[in-house]
Amino acid sequence: MAEIKSFVYINRKAPHGTIYALESLEVVLIGAAFDQQVKLIFMDDGVYQLTKNQDPEGIGMKNFSKTYAALGDYDITEIYIDQESLEQRGLSIDDLQELVYEDEDDDWKEKSSMRLVSREQLASVIDSADVLLNF
Amino acid sequence: MKFTIQVNTGPFTHQASDSAYRFTLAALESGHEIHRIFFYHDGVNNATMMCAPPQDDRNLQVLWTELAAQYELDMVVCVAAAQRRGIMDKKESERNGKEFANIAPGFQISGLGQLVEAAVASDRLMVFGD
Repeated sequence: MAEIKSFVYINRKAPHGTIYALESLEVVLIGAAFDQQVKLIFMDDGVYQLTKNQDPEGIGMKNFSKTYAALGDYDITEIYIDQESLEQRGLSIDDLQELVYEDEDDDWKEKSSMRLVSREQLASVIDSADVLLNF
Repeated sequence: MKFTIQVNTGPFTHQASDSAYRFTLAALESGHEIHRIFFYHDGVNNATMMCAPPQDDRNLQVLWTELAAQYELDMVVCVAAAQRRGIMDKKESERNGKEFANIAPGFQISGLGQLVEAAVASDRLMVFGD
């Protein structure tokens, strides 16, 4: 399996209410072991997956939002947030947890993985995918 | 062309697994290759042998099992998704202290790595259901 493909995961649903966010994260983390190029998109209600201070205890669900902070350790360094989706929901990038990675080509400097993008930019990210997984 | 099919919804509530089945059949009959069929989310419910729809209705599990036997298809059910939803083979059933196994012939329990490997190895990943 020497070939490297570009995997783009689109996350469109709220973290709770359906299982898609959690089962998407499970694919992303396991897929990371395959040394493929991985990009994540959060749009529509999917932007809620990254909001800070989640506390789903009241609905009896596990708070898996902390797991996103590990994405950098899995060499997932390109995380695209749809600006329009944030604005439609009265959110800004400051409402989301900051996801970072350590750049091995730059003395392991900590850098942000978050890229706030327009719909037009999202289209080109989606267009770059060899494999598109929509959750 | 080499396809991998991903099925994300169970039978009956949505048409997606019927569509996945029909696409798979059409692809095979047109001479294409099916690298793997991967069942995820509620799609794992296609693999239970406990479905007993009315006699004049289709039974997708049986259709999948027959298709897999005819074309020697690799049908994989995600282990984590399956355990959540009560789909188990004998080994997983015993490991979880359950009394029964219910996975139908032709389906195998395996991990999400099989989905990623299949996506890399195939020309197209076709996803059915949301």
